Amino acid sequence: MKRASFNQLGLPVWLLLPQLVIIGVFFYWPAAFALRSSFYLEDPFGFGSTFVGLDNYNGLLASAQYVKVAVFTLGFTFLVTFFSLSIALVLAVKADKVIRGTRTYRTLLMWVYAVAPPVAGFLGVMVFYQGNGPMTEFLAWFGYEFRLGVNYYDTAAAMVAVATWNHIPVNFIFFLSGLQSIPQSVKEAAMIDNRSGTGRFWDITFPLLAPTAFFLLIINITYALFDTFGMIDALVKGEPGNNPMTLVYKVYVDGFRGNDLGGSSAQSVILMVLVLVLTVFQFRVMDRRIHYT
Amino acid sequence: MVHVALKNISKVYPNGVRAVHPTSFDIEQGEFIVLVGPSGCGKSTLLRMIAGLEEITEGELSIAGRVVNDIDPAERDIAMVFQNYALYPHMTVYNNMAYGLRNRGMAKDAIDAAVSTAATMLNLTELLSRRPSQLSGGQRQRVAMGRAIVRNPALFLFDEPLSNLDAKLRGQMRIEIKALQRRLGVTSVYVTHDQVEAMTMADRIIVLNAGRIEQIGTPAEVYHYPASTFVASFMGAPPMNLLPARYNGNGRVHLSDSVHIEAPETVDYSGDIKLGVRPENVGIVDRSHPDALHFDLEFIEELGAGRLLHGKLADSGLIVHIPHTDPIPSGDVYVGLPKSALLMFNPATGARL
Amino acid sequence: MTVAADPVLISRSRARRGIRWQAISDHAILIAGSLLMILPVLAAFLTIGASDVEISRHGLQVSDGAHLVENFDKALFTRGGFTGAITGSTMLLNSFILGIGFAVGKIIFGMMAAYAIVYFRLRFATFAFWVIFTTLLLPLEVRILPTYEVVHGMGLINTYTGLILPLVASATATFFFRQFFLSIPEELVEAARMDGAGPVKFFFDILVPLSRTMIAAIFIIMFVYGWNQYLWPTLITTDEAMFTLVRGIKQIYQSIDGGSDIPEFGRALALAFIAILPPVLVVVIFQSWFVKGLVESDK
Repeated sequence: MKRASFNQLGLPVWLLLPQLVIIGVFFYWPAAFALRSSFYLEDPFGFGSTFVGLDNYNGLLASAQYVKVAVFTLGFTFLVTFFSLSIALVLAVKADKVIRGTRTYRTLLMWVYAVAPPVAGFLGVMVFYQGNGPMTEFLAWFGYEFRLGVNYYDTAAAMVAVATWNHIPVNFIFFLSGLQSIPQSVKEAAMIDNRSGTGRFWDITFPLLAPTAFFLLIINITYALFDTFGMIDALVKGEPGNNPMTLVYKVYVDGFRGNDLGGSSAQSVILMVLVLVLTVFQFRVMDRRIHYT
Repeated sequence: MVHVALKNISKVYPNGVRAVHPTSFDIEQGEFIVLVGPSGCGKSTLLRMIAGLEEITEGELSIAGRVVNDIDPAERDIAMVFQNYALYPHMTVYNNMAYGLRNRGMAKDAIDAAVSTAATMLNLTELLSRRPSQLSGGQRQRVAMGRAIVRNPALFLFDEPLSNLDAKLRGQMRIEIKALQRRLGVTSVYVTHDQVEAMTMADRIIVLNAGRIEQIGTPAEVYHYPASTFVASFMGAPPMNLLPARYNGNGRVHLSDSVHIEAPETVDYSGDIKLGVRPENVGIVDRSHPDALHFDLEFIEELGAGRLLHGKLADSGLIVHIPHTDPIPSGDVYVGLPKSALLMFNPATGARL
Repeated sequence: MTVAADPVLISRSRARRGIRWQAISDHAILIAGSLLMILPVLAAFLTIGASDVEISRHGLQVSDGAHLVENFDKALFTRGGFTGAITGSTMLLNSFILGIGFAVGKIIFGMMAAYAIVYFRLRFATFAFWVIFTTLLLPLEVRILPTYEVVHGMGLINTYTGLILPLVASATATFFFRQFFLSIPEELVEAARMDGAGPVKFFFDILVPLSRTMIAAIFIIMFVYGWNQYLWPTLITTDEAMFTLVRGIKQIYQSIDGGSDIPEFGRALALAFIAILPPVLVVVIFQSWFVKGLVESDK
């Protein structure tokens, strides 16, 4: 609030009302609804529901399939985060360093930000297409038969590759602007103190990028957890079957395909808790940053 | 003994802008050189070329007898204090000072000793474990100084190090830096746009304008015998009065058709000139004085230690500085221009005649 | 210039050669990265000119373009889907409605709420702040099923309202504008009040013009975000006439493994091209605003 604020009651209430109503109806109500149904068992024929306590949660944790999905999600998130962060960092460092062409490279390296994950997934299907996709042919050249949608690990690898590709641009944009905000004079002082470029990167540049990197870490985890839904749906062509999937995809599969409202809600609540923990962690480590979307 | 030698050093940027025209000068061992000039005059570019942060387009630079054109900044045996201090924000004060020494492979004990000596010298001992963000502007300035000192370099470079400090602190640091440099005896090049800093700190001042050296000299030489109208008006506050006049080679300077005075010297020139005189060298005289000139007093600026009289002499603006002990003039005022304090400049080239 | 002594020139050229190799390797890495980004999309789009038979036989290829017009024509104007009720141009229109509606909704509600929170002395301002900003914690994907139930219960399935409003129910734009308003000097509102401007006048005469760049940046980010939505549109639009491009594309390529006919590769690739083009153009053309908005809104 500003020192010289306006002192009125009617107007600000009207200004806040639309936002509060939308949030109330489409955020708090559903969230509460999810929390409630996670403790109930929905009758499959629609005749009401019974309170079952923590049964839905216990059922999930006992389910080998859920644990498998959770483990895959963990590995997937780790790999996507690791690859997209490190590739973006290398590219950003180089783009910041070259004297000419920084802007051109920035354009070339960031536009994929605007490619929707499901469309990226579709492109992935074409690139890894069984039999004649360019990557499939490239791998066959080394004697490896890549079978998207059939071999669990091949499909998982394609998911990691497409998600990484799709998420390099955001990391690149943030790293580049982080690098550009390091004062020129600090870089020059380091040039006087240390003649090795690699040494300067690890001693000065990298620590100064650490806040950006940490912020991006959270962004990447959130991305890999939630925003990859469309990409995965495209890569498995809507047929989860024995294919790898993430936790969010399973919420959808169980809730909408399997009509298991209670189990799906319990999964939602688990994800909510996960996001809350991540966010609290993020706020604790660096107070004022927030994830967007 | 010549310590730093610049031979026809020049700088042309890739976009064709010539920031520094071929420039040569020598710096003696232990000397404190100040490069001064308005912004964009090339002083920082010159300093950065000496540091190795900017490539030298043409010419040869040597430090301590070694040509360093192609030597990395880290190997030129220099230390630099930056305008915004350029401290490493993620390192403690201790590490800020120790970083350069570690990279040169100095032993840990030796680093400890060097840092603690410098810290004592600069009153930083209490602050060694703090980060730059926990320090005040003046403290950061000291850390930047400390980082330069611990390296015990062959050459100190200062790039407007005091311009981010408030006026009081600036005055204090000016004295400290100068005293420190005297004590350590390290050759120093100091860039500033502040002519007071230049005057008070320098052994020799180099005045730069538009990428060219206007004058090299001791503060007194530069102040009293400026080589050009540019130097005359850049150094000193208020600047030297430059009155439009005519010199006909007959030993007299005509300020107007009716007002003329004796020329300070005989020069082989005739035509329009600028007549230069420092405000404090103009005296208030009695009307009966043989050289009395009528001064059309417009207003008085009170400075405390003295007063500035603003007015007109033969229809040109003139500022007179009088001590506060002198009576405040009123009514008809007459001034005298002492012959020994007058300088004549060519108005077209700006050069002193 | 004759002053440059020869030994200097020689030694300098040696140093420069080192720098040049460094620069060449930097550019090589950047070009490789750029190719990594471009090639998959380029390969897909060079294929659009081929026929479905050619594509199913050879995969992605550099086509001669003979079927280019045909494939784009099919993508935009031939009715498709299970009910045959949707053409690409309708999906394109729906995508624009979603992208623009989402962005405009975010900006209007966000600016209003941020204005109320920052510039008014309100007893419950802190409470409102927390109620609004808690929404930043939980993305829609997490609460997708209950949200669907709620929207379904309100009879908003297959409506633009049902498509757009639940996506708007998060505080990102509010948060961006709050940060921005807080950075505007306080003297401004003081001066405006002395000049006799009330809250409404101050908002429209001073705050809105000052926020122009911010509004543009947020519009771009939100437009792309809305355009690229997939999960929510997939759930909420069952009527094919409501499909957006990003959502509808699935309908077509799902036939790739399904039917006995040769799948419509060309059409699907052309649709993908149409789905990618608008957001990419927006991001590339308004690059500096976009980057500024993205990076600064997170400080």
